Amino acid sequence: MRHQLALQIGPVAFRIGSAWPEPLAALARLYAAYPAPADDICDFTVRLEPEKPWRRWIRPSVAIQGDYVLPDAAPMALAHGLLAAEMGMNLQMALGQKRFLLLHASSVEKNGRALVMTGESGAGKSTLAALLGERGWRLMGDEFALLDLDSGNLWPFPRAISLKNGAIAVMEGEAPAERFGPLLEDTPKGAIRHLRPNEAAIVGMNQCARPALILFPRFGADCAARGVGQAEIFMRLTQSSTNYVALGGAGFDALTGLVRSCPAAAIDYPDTEGAIDLVEALWSEAA
Amino acid sequence: MTAAPRYIAEHRDRVRAVELDGLVVLFHETSGMTHIVAPPAPEILDALREGPADAATLLARLAARFAFEQKDGAEAVAARLAELEQAGLVRRT
Repeated sequence: MRHQLALQIGPVAFRIGSAWPEPLAALARLYAAYPAPADDICDFTVRLEPEKPWRRWIRPSVAIQGDYVLPDAAPMALAHGLLAAEMGMNLQMALGQKRFLLLHASSVEKNGRALVMTGESGAGKSTLAALLGERGWRLMGDEFALLDLDSGNLWPFPRAISLKNGAIAVMEGEAPAERFGPLLEDTPKGAIRHLRPNEAAIVGMNQCARPALILFPRFGADCAARGVGQAEIFMRLTQSSTNYVALGGAGFDALTGLVRSCPAAAIDYPDTEGAIDLVEALWSEAA
Repeated sequence: MTAAPRYIAEHRDRVRAVELDGLVVLFHETSGMTHIVAPPAPEILDALREGPADAATLLARLAARFAFEQKDGAEAVAARLAELEQAGLVRRT
C-alpha cells in the first residue's frame, strides 16, 4: 500500500495500510509511544482502500479491507478514516483471532489481578475502564479482553479508548489534551473521540493479570449490585465472546475455568462517580 | 405392538461437562454445540452410558440410584430424554 504503519498492541501486531496519508497520520499521533512489532511480523493486516478507484480523489470514500472483511460493510468518509482504521483492527480481532478467547469487555488491573466489565453497547464499560485507568488502576483494554486458553490469565490489549458522546466530556476532564485524537462527529455511533491510554497502560502491555472479578454494568438506575449465578455468567460471556464457537473445546475449557474461579455481579449506576465508588467497594469485597 | 424405543448416550469422551451452581454445561465435541442442562439430564446421560435402554429401563436404573416419586420421575425423565435427543446427546439405537 502507498502508506503503512505497524503497531504492537499487547500480544497482537497489526499492519495498517492506506491509500491516503491522513488516516495513518492520525493513527500515528494517537499511538505515539507504542512499539513497532518485533521483526516487523504482523498478525493482521488492515487496508483502507477507495471504494472505487476514482473515489481516492473524488468524494474520497474509505472501504475497510484486510485479512478478514465484512462483505456488506458501508464505506466511510475520509474524515472518519481514523475510525475506519480502528474498526478494521476490531474486525480482524473479532473474525480472525484464534490464540485467545475474546470477550467483548473492558479490563483494568491492580496488584496483578484483573477486573473485567462487560455489557451491551452503551452500558459504560469503556468509560468506567477509562476512568479507573486514570485513578490508580492499569487499563488493560476498553474493547476486548483476551483470555489465555492455557493459563486462564488475561492479556492486556490497550488500544486507543473509543469514547462516545457524553463520555468524551467526562474524560476530557480527566486526561491531558495531547492524548486525545480528533473529535469525529456524525459517525454511525454519534460523536467519537479516541483517547490514548496512559504510560502505565502502554508500558505494561505485556503484563498479564489473573481475573479476579467480573462485573456487568448497566447505566441508568440507582446504585445497586446483585450476585450472578455461574450458569448465567457463563451464558452472558458466551454471548459477549466473538470467537467462543470457533474455538470449540478449548474455548469451553477456558470459559468454564474463568466462570468457576471468578466471582461476578451485575451493577446498576446513575452516574460515573457512583459507579466508581460501587466498583471500588465490590473490588474490596472480592480482594 | 411396536417395541419401546431404546436410547444410547453419546460417549463420555465426546461430551465435556462442567457443573456451574447446580446446572451443568455440556460441550458436545461432535456438533461443537454447548448446552446448559438441569437435573436429571446429566444423570440420564450417566445412566444410559451403562448400555442402551428404553425409558422404563432407564427409569429403573435412575430409581436404583436416586429417591423420587415414580410418576413425577417418569414425566421428568421423558421430558429430559426428548431434549437430550433433540440436542444430539442421546440417540435411538
